[in-house]
Amino acid sequence: MRPILLQGHERPLTQLKFNTAGDLLFSCSKDHVINAWYSHNGERLGTYDGNNGTVWTVDVDSESRFLVSGSADNTLRLWNVASGKCLYTWEFPTAVRRVAFNEDNSKIVCITEQRMGYQCAIRVFEINREADGTTQSEEPLYLFNPIGSKATVCAFTLTPNVIITGHESGKVALFNVETGQEFESNERAHGARVTDLQLSSDRTYCITSSEDKIARIHDTKTLMVIKTYTTETTLNSAALAPTQPYVLLGGGQPPGMGTRTSAQNAEFKTRFWHKVYEEEVGRVKGHFGPINTIAVHPAGTCFASGGEDGFIRLHHFDDSYFKAQPFGAIEAED
Amino acid sequence: MAATADDIDYSDIEEKYQVQYDDGFDNMLVVDGVPVIDKSKLEKLVARICKEFSRKGVSIKPEDVYMPWNDSTGKSQGFIFVEFRNVDDANLALAAMHNHPFDAKHQFKVNRFTDIERYANLDETYIEPETEEYAPREHLRAWLADPQGRDQYVTYRGEDVEIYWHGKPSQSELAMKPDWKDFLYVAWSPLGTYIATLHRQGVRLWGGSSWKPQQRFAHPLVKLIDFSPCEQYLVTWSNEAIVVPEGAPQGPQYLSPDDEGNNIAVWDIKSGDLLRTFSTVSENDSTAAKKQMQWPALKWSPDDKYVARVTAGQMISVHELPSMYLHGKKSLKIEGVVDFEWCPQGDRDREDAEKDALTSTNGAAAKAVKKARENMLVYWTPEVANQPARVTLLGFPSRAILRQKNLFNVTECKLYWQNQGDFLCVKVDRHTKTKKSIFCNLEIFRVREKDYPVEVVELKDTVTDFSWEPKGERFAIVSSNDPNLGNPGPGITIKTDVSFYQLEHGKNDFKLLRTLPSRTSNAIRWSPRGRHVVLATVGSSSKSELEFWDLDFNVEDAGRREGQVSKEEWGSGIQLLGTADHYALTDVEWDPSGRYLATSASSWTHTLENGYAIWDFRGQEITKQIQDRFKQFIWRPRPRTLLTKDQQRQVRKNLREYSRTFDEDDAAEESNVSAELVALRKRLVDEWNAWRMRSKAEFFGDGGQRAGKEGKTHSETEEKEEIEVWIDEVIDQVEEEVVE
Repeated sequence: MRPILLQGHERPLTQLKFNTAGDLLFSCSKDHVINAWYSHNGERLGTYDGNNGTVWTVDVDSESRFLVSGSADNTLRLWNVASGKCLYTWEFPTAVRRVAFNEDNSKIVCITEQRMGYQCAIRVFEINREADGTTQSEEPLYLFNPIGSKATVCAFTLTPNVIITGHESGKVALFNVETGQEFESNERAHGARVTDLQLSSDRTYCITSSEDKIARIHDTKTLMVIKTYTTETTLNSAALAPTQPYVLLGGGQPPGMGTRTSAQNAEFKTRFWHKVYEEEVGRVKGHFGPINTIAVHPAGTCFASGGEDGFIRLHHFDDSYFKAQPFGAIEAED
Repeated sequence: MAATADDIDYSDIEEKYQVQYDDGFDNMLVVDGVPVIDKSKLEKLVARICKEFSRKGVSIKPEDVYMPWNDSTGKSQGFIFVEFRNVDDANLALAAMHNHPFDAKHQFKVNRFTDIERYANLDETYIEPETEEYAPREHLRAWLADPQGRDQYVTYRGEDVEIYWHGKPSQSELAMKPDWKDFLYVAWSPLGTYIATLHRQGVRLWGGSSWKPQQRFAHPLVKLIDFSPCEQYLVTWSNEAIVVPEGAPQGPQYLSPDDEGNNIAVWDIKSGDLLRTFSTVSENDSTAAKKQMQWPALKWSPDDKYVARVTAGQMISVHELPSMYLHGKKSLKIEGVVDFEWCPQGDRDREDAEKDALTSTNGAAAKAVKKARENMLVYWTPEVANQPARVTLLGFPSRAILRQKNLFNVTECKLYWQNQGDFLCVKVDRHTKTKKSIFCNLEIFRVREKDYPVEVVELKDTVTDFSWEPKGERFAIVSSNDPNLGNPGPGITIKTDVSFYQLEHGKNDFKLLRTLPSRTSNAIRWSPRGRHVVLATVGSSSKSELEFWDLDFNVEDAGRREGQVSKEEWGSGIQLLGTADHYALTDVEWDPSGRYLATSASSWTHTLENGYAIWDFRGQEITKQIQDRFKQFIWRPRPRTLLTKDQQRQVRKNLREYSRTFDEDDAAEESNVSAELVALRKRLVDEWNAWRMRSKAEFFGDGGQRAGKEGKTHSETEEKEEIEVWIDEVIDQVEEEVVE
């Protein structure tokens, strides 16, 4: 499995995202730039310039028409994927930490930072998909402030107007965005900050990673913990591999934390765990720093990891990956 | 179970040695056998008796003598009472005058007054003494009967001791987690029978399958212990001199006031009795005290018959066991002696010694049996004035000098015996005339041959470690010419070369097999069965390599090794089997079978990644445990095999058949384990699938609308078409006019 090294960022990566078709990979970084790449050869399609601070988050709709990004310059931007033009900009008092489209691309949810006296806020915007997309309503459809620990990650569930959130305290919760009410929560889902949350292709379950070194699969309706993956290092990202029964975990202690150990090199590897058996099956090395984000191709043919070292490593799986059955032949539902 | 030394019940011993209190009549004796007289002769007789007593050294006065009378006959009763000034005098008189012939007809019978009283009051009826019920002691070597033939090891971490079985992965399990408390460290006895813990109060031995306390040795503040090779005796040492407080229990198992000021004690393990104590501080030289004490300070002969210690520069004192008397009532006076070592007993010697013992007990005159080799020790003396330095091989107890070798320009000698007692290597650090540079000679004595021939291997570098192959004819050395050698500092890793030498039978000298240049290895660990050797870099903060070597890689069967080596190319059998790395390791130890190697990083040395790892002899990691506050890892030693040479040969010959049963076991176990695992995994998959079905049904209804949509996307991806589209996009068009 020879990786393609994507060198387009000068600062640590913050999020990677494949489009639904899987031909494009979007990356954002602390260097203010969003890049789009061809996933099959790693060529850069283009950049989305305009942000004036770290771009924390990016999401693309299922038609690959609109791209939405959230940045530390307190803006939420809507981009035209094909032209790279910024279509609309929303401004907030604090930085945007997470954005996500809903299933039918009609809404986006965004989390803004709790800072300078402003509370952490969750806003939902209606996206006007008519015409060229430059006319959007400035005011959010819904706005509420989650009580308690601030939210760090979120996504729309299948139930209309219900989002699933991960929190600073390790809590995972379900909110009704219309009312702002937290109607389901698992306070002990994690012991530390939830760092990533990615949905399964049918949005019925999700995987979360946390600084408590654990990743978990939750049912998005009941929040029941289905699987637990306990690793030895702080986790920054967790992704589900479609078609194969694996989950991909990445992380690593930031430099300067703790003493030099023999395990130092092992920390910056993408770990593959068996989704059902909760056993580690392999590691992919390559990064020189902690892995900040992992994304898997929707068809499960390749994955990309973005590191604190500023590189994206795009790996196309070999045949052996699909043929290997480390624990014998099984038929696990996706 | 008594867990700590505090809880131990001493009442039995206390009762046994309880002090008898003085009831006032101890200075009174009753003398029987005195002539029966009438009153007229009283004065004369009393005067005579006084004279007899005085002649034996106990003077008494007539007024101390009381003679009872039989008033009815007017005659004396034939006995007298004598009062002495004190108990000591009475005891003396008792010893002197008992059975003393007074005249031709009369003989004194002397008894203590208190005894007479006691015997008079004695119950005449005979009571059958109750026979103590025989309590069978558990088998101290029970662990050897393990059906899977596993070895054990002990780990000491934080405050916890754990004893594990080590075997195949499925058979490696906790054997015992004792609740021993407040001790310094643990140590196995050399044959693995006991495990010792060092407490404030003394040493405690545990053993048997129940791990019950087996023996205790009350040496307060003990810091170091050393077992004799046959596990009969124990030496303990404390840095604090022995003090026996007032009222301390007395008896053969306790230190007595005579032992005060000493700090080494020798104990009998079976009885728990104290045999003797020594002082490590010699009165007349203060420099010796400053030097680091050598441990073990007492060196045992391999058969447990003698124990010897050296008084630097003066003598070697050999004590006999079990009396602990100085052998021949005098030490070996050797001017300038620095160090000595006993020659180990080889398997052959042991057999001979056993046969000897048999014939002597049977009294049979079996002269055909070869006499067992006498114990031997080797010592060296440095250069003094005009005398060269000298290494001497001495027979004991004959004290005959067997071989002497003079050496010149000697800085230091180290004595290394091969474990069968076949060879002795004296590593001589020599200096040039200017004393500026140091180089090294290895003087190798072939002890089994006539006249003990010596051969020299000269080396230019400094040798930092030397090690004989157990039961072999090879040795390995670590040598270095690194300029940093001798001034260790943080971060300095010394470059070393490792060389193997082997005895060449034709020429009878040791020839270099192979040198492995530019390593960092500083420790050689031979497998206890020979052939395999591990080179390790110990105690370095930056390097921690392990190299696993096989010295007979080409030889199929190690049993046929003898005589074949010469035909092969010299040194061709040396093969690196594997390398490994255990960060910041401090200790490297083979298991007694020579199949596994344990490395550990102890928190006594540093606090980085403490823990231990077990490797097989090829360097494959079997297990690794990183545990903070990890202190000790020790394999449990095994006693020597009970099989005779012939039986061993038989086993080797039929190895195939034996191994078949083991292979079957392995296969059965593997399928067993995998069956369990397969079942577990099947359950996990079933649970997962059930949940997936449920959650899909909940969201989309049974087999729901979504399925159609999903199916569509799937078919889309499957019927993938390759469409190549070329898009020419004009991004910018600039017309430039070129002006000439």
